[in-house]
Amino acid sequence: MIKTLAKCIRDAKDPAILTPIFVLCESLIEVSIPSVMADLVDLGITPGDMNAVIKYGIILLIQTLLACFFGATAGYTASRASSRFARNLRADMYYNIQNYSFSNIDKFSPASLVTRLTTDVQRVQMSFQMITRIVFRAPAMLIFAFVFAFRTDHKLSTIFICVIPFLAIVLAIIIKIAFPIFSKTFKAYDDLNEVVEENVHGIRVVKSFVQEKFEISKFKKVSDRIFSLFTKAEKTVAFNAPAMQVSVYTCVLLISWFGAHSIVANGNIEGMGLTTGGLMSMFTYTMQILMSLMMLSMIFVMLTMSKASADRVVEVLNEKSDINDGERDLTEVKDGSIEFKNVSFKYFQSAESNALDHIDLRINSGETIGIIGGTGSSKSTLVSMIPRLYDVSDGAVLVGGEDVRDYNIEALRNNVAMVLQKNVLFSGTIYENIRWGDEHATDEEVQHVCKLACADDFIQSFPDKYETYIEQGGTNVSGGQKQRLCIARALLKKPKILILDDSTSAVDTKTDAMIRKAFREEIPDTTKIIIAQRVSSVCDADKIIILDNGKIVDFGSHDELYAKSGIYREIYDSQTKGAEEDE
Amino acid sequence: MSDNVKETKQPPRMPGRPPRGARVPMKFDKATIKRMLSYMKPFTPHLILVVIFILINAAASVSSSLFLKTLIDEYILPLVGTENPDYSGLLGAICRMAVLFVAGALSALFYSRIMATVSQGVLKKIRNEMFTHMQSLPINYFDTHTHGDIMSFYTNDADAMQQMLSQSIPQVISSGVSIIAVFCSMLSLSVWLTLTVVVFLVVIMTVTAVIAGRSGKYFMAQQHSTADMNGYIEEMINGQRVVKIFCHEEKAKEKFDVKNVDLCENTCKANAYANILMPINNALGYFLYVILAMIGGVLAINKIPNAACFTVNVLSLGSIASFLQLSRSFTGPIGQVSQQLNAVAMAMAGAERIFSLLDEKPETDDGYVTLVNAKRVNGELTETEERTGLWAWKHPHTADGTVTYTELKGNVILDDVDFGYVPEKIVLHNIDIYAEPGQKVAFVGATGAGKTTITNLINRFYDIADGKIRYDGININKIKKDDLRRSLGVVLQDVNLFTGTVMDNLRYGKPSATDEECIAAAKLANADGFIRMLPEGYNTVLTGGGSGLSQGQRQLISIARAAVADPPVMILDEATSSIDTRTEAIVQAGMDALMKGRTVFVIAHRLSTVKNSDVIMVLEQGRIIERGSHEKLISEKGQYYRLYTGAFELE
Repeated sequence: MIKTLAKCIRDAKDPAILTPIFVLCESLIEVSIPSVMADLVDLGITPGDMNAVIKYGIILLIQTLLACFFGATAGYTASRASSRFARNLRADMYYNIQNYSFSNIDKFSPASLVTRLTTDVQRVQMSFQMITRIVFRAPAMLIFAFVFAFRTDHKLSTIFICVIPFLAIVLAIIIKIAFPIFSKTFKAYDDLNEVVEENVHGIRVVKSFVQEKFEISKFKKVSDRIFSLFTKAEKTVAFNAPAMQVSVYTCVLLISWFGAHSIVANGNIEGMGLTTGGLMSMFTYTMQILMSLMMLSMIFVMLTMSKASADRVVEVLNEKSDINDGERDLTEVKDGSIEFKNVSFKYFQSAESNALDHIDLRINSGETIGIIGGTGSSKSTLVSMIPRLYDVSDGAVLVGGEDVRDYNIEALRNNVAMVLQKNVLFSGTIYENIRWGDEHATDEEVQHVCKLACADDFIQSFPDKYETYIEQGGTNVSGGQKQRLCIARALLKKPKILILDDSTSAVDTKTDAMIRKAFREEIPDTTKIIIAQRVSSVCDADKIIILDNGKIVDFGSHDELYAKSGIYREIYDSQTKGAEEDE
Repeated sequence: MSDNVKETKQPPRMPGRPPRGARVPMKFDKATIKRMLSYMKPFTPHLILVVIFILINAAASVSSSLFLKTLIDEYILPLVGTENPDYSGLLGAICRMAVLFVAGALSALFYSRIMATVSQGVLKKIRNEMFTHMQSLPINYFDTHTHGDIMSFYTNDADAMQQMLSQSIPQVISSGVSIIAVFCSMLSLSVWLTLTVVVFLVVIMTVTAVIAGRSGKYFMAQQHSTADMNGYIEEMINGQRVVKIFCHEEKAKEKFDVKNVDLCENTCKANAYANILMPINNALGYFLYVILAMIGGVLAINKIPNAACFTVNVLSLGSIASFLQLSRSFTGPIGQVSQQLNAVAMAMAGAERIFSLLDEKPETDDGYVTLVNAKRVNGELTETEERTGLWAWKHPHTADGTVTYTELKGNVILDDVDFGYVPEKIVLHNIDIYAEPGQKVAFVGATGAGKTTITNLINRFYDIADGKIRYDGININKIKKDDLRRSLGVVLQDVNLFTGTVMDNLRYGKPSATDEECIAAAKLANADGFIRMLPEGYNTVLTGGGSGLSQGQRQLISIARAAVADPPVMILDEATSSIDTRTEAIVQAGMDALMKGRTVFVIAHRLSTVKNSDVIMVLEQGRIIERGSHEKLISEKGQYYRLYTGAFELE
């Protein structure tokens, strides 16, 4: 995990290295401050020597300024390092997602990817900042303070050697007990969020079935669990502060007792041993040492908590695309012919049955092919093999006479345009959206494809015409309009193969027929594959494929199929009878 | 978006709600504070204990800083130079301190533990209140607020409050007590030096305010960039498949990079300002130390009379040492309080948002007609406890104190109904519908024609502006909403299943239903087959709204769910849109069985689904333009005819 994350440091490296250095300087100075403070008291105030007061005062001020400088610089570099690191993480994740194949995308839900890119990255960023600032500071302070304490008085310092392990052990025990409870609490929080989310989404169902009370009781159950778990966890953590205080107070009292003896014995004279000023510094060191220890335990807890986020980030980074450019890297697609050679496919290795089962199929360049079949008959799966959205599990798919796995992916997909069933327009003008197909297309070219897709009429009816702004998700155009815009977008690619996956379902039959007529007349050389629920969309195709359960049941022209295929006849009759009667 | 024409079911989003992250920092509203305190009221005894323990704890910590003065002035310096020093006094003092320290440490333990109960208790109460209240809100509220916004009440806002309750409040109280105690101790030592501290305090506060303000500014900028980034990521990730198909990856990266850099810059500045606050405050603390030492030195050496709380004397050197130590104990808690300020401000903003949710007006329900089990005694309907399968509307008449019972039949009449989501914009005009019990009424029309809106009026998700809706002759405004909705079953296009077993989901509308009833309903909806194929059959736990199921399968479960609830009136809103025509034909038998004897309102864009309805309403822009049976409408050769023959696009 660390290794993967470390790759994203890059330009965050310099500030990330500088930070601990500055922090080390800062803590070194901070630790040296108490001894100067002691000198100020011992040599200035106690003997009433104003010159000494000023002298040590100035030294102290310089130290303070330096500490402040290093501290502030470290604060800046730490924030620089962590924000850059987060930026790199986000970029790497996002870039990697761009490389994902369809099966990679299937693995993560969009919502989870968004959370990983935002919330999780943010948590990792905070941890990173903490690591650069505090992970070095705490042990450094601990060591420096101990060294200075030791220099001030050897014997008194042995007290720390007894108290530090005590505190460390107590803190470790607290963490060990509290951590599992915290994990359970977070799990309970997930459950709570799930209940809320389901209710917000399904509020109509809840209200329709008058189940508000039931939902409230469900919510309260989870809420109670969070309450008891969280209280328990916090009550365990509550031992932290007293453990710390007991340690500090023990040190203070022991140092007072032994320190008093030592001062009295040597007559409180500088150079002879411990002085009252030294005693004061010892108190300060006590605080510094034990606070550092406390901080270490806190960091430990927070780091463990953000580990879950880091894991989720790394998961995205380590997901390797399973579809890569072919070794031969062909960039030329000869023609629009397609061949399936004994193709089988399953979405998951573990899936019991094949989504596509031993498909053999030959489609000539320029032909129009219709595909029909019931829900779950793998129509979409079949066509997604052609632009290599998925790789076959067995057999081979050939486009233009070459195996799709031999092509450069971009070249292949530029020649195989597919209009997806679940299609998306992006926020931006109509021009911008259509130009996804070819960013260099002229306005005339864009308008031409829109005419082919019968979209020009309604676009012209908009006040802003082609400059009309499409909202996110295309919510401000109707379903039928959206489908036609998506078809136009695909046409702009001037593909050799055009696949429409149920892309005219919301378009009326007349317009649908006009679009197909335009295809026939304007792009006769392009191979057209049309998946449809509506039999009228496919019956004038050169050939029609009838799919059932991942198998090709029948393949032939309308007349052939009507004559020999029972299923086809049934579908055709059920969908056209009513209309014919009335005409 | 699915391949079907999808009806926009939501009225336009209301403006006026500021985007998240545009919160005004450092705003402390009195009413909000007061309200927050009211949640802590039940915990008054706890809180009194907490304050007492905090006081003891703070006393211990202040004494530890004062102890130094006593130690040096009374126990060490007098002994220096004596022949046989007598340490018994010191021993006594140390023992007394030890007792106080133990008490202090124990107090810390107690108050943290009590505070855990208090803060979690308050949170639980607020959480439960939020959810309970949310359930009572009208549908309109959910239409006008994004789901993300509502969710964040339970996550971000509650988190902020939790942070404040369990950390900031105890921290601030304890620091406050320390500050006051230390301040008094300082006054008792020297007024002049204390004045110096006060002056310095102003400086520290000003610096803190300036830096925190800067940090806050960039923090807001960061929130904005984050929101911008999130929006972009969300759009692109949701359209990732299209990005792939169009090989648009590089383009998608370009725009991302710009936003990413922007976010990075703002985050960096926001954090940097927050980070430098501590070292600067620290430095100011030391600075104060030096100044105090100098002033103290001047005062002591020149023997300038020192004004202390009760006495006027010359400042002793021990006092200066103690004062210096005290000054350290003074700046520490001030730094801690200033660090909590941000958390408190965030919590207040969160609380304000939570309270705004709690202040939303719940759905009003003035209905008094209720639905009761009934039986026939001598031809008269009477109320009964047991389930008879016969239901009646119980209608108490306030005028003469009598109660009448009307049999529940499923007669629905809309009489000249007008409706608008907002009063200024009427979307339904003069709607008249007469649905006799057992009739099938279909709505056909383009997106936004008002099909779904009509059904939402029948179950009173929205209230009509004008006209009347009668259910079995009773104005639905008089019927208690719960009872009205219980008598109406709905199957929506977007199926919402809940986490739980398939059986739990089927039983959703009627918790008392037996397994057999549920299975029978599933068979009716043709869902039994695939449910049995699931790993655990009917006991398979569905998660994420049934994400493992296809849309069609979810619709089948949703139909079965409505069948289990067995209501006399059903609303099917694009209930079979994701089921292909062949499967629909198979389900049709079940649907027909389900619809038999019920009044059914059907909305479907697929005309084959509505063809056999008793009456079909063709809607256009909120008006019924044609009505009649399929045959009648076809013969009229109007809009319906054009739709049916495919000459007109249904959008």
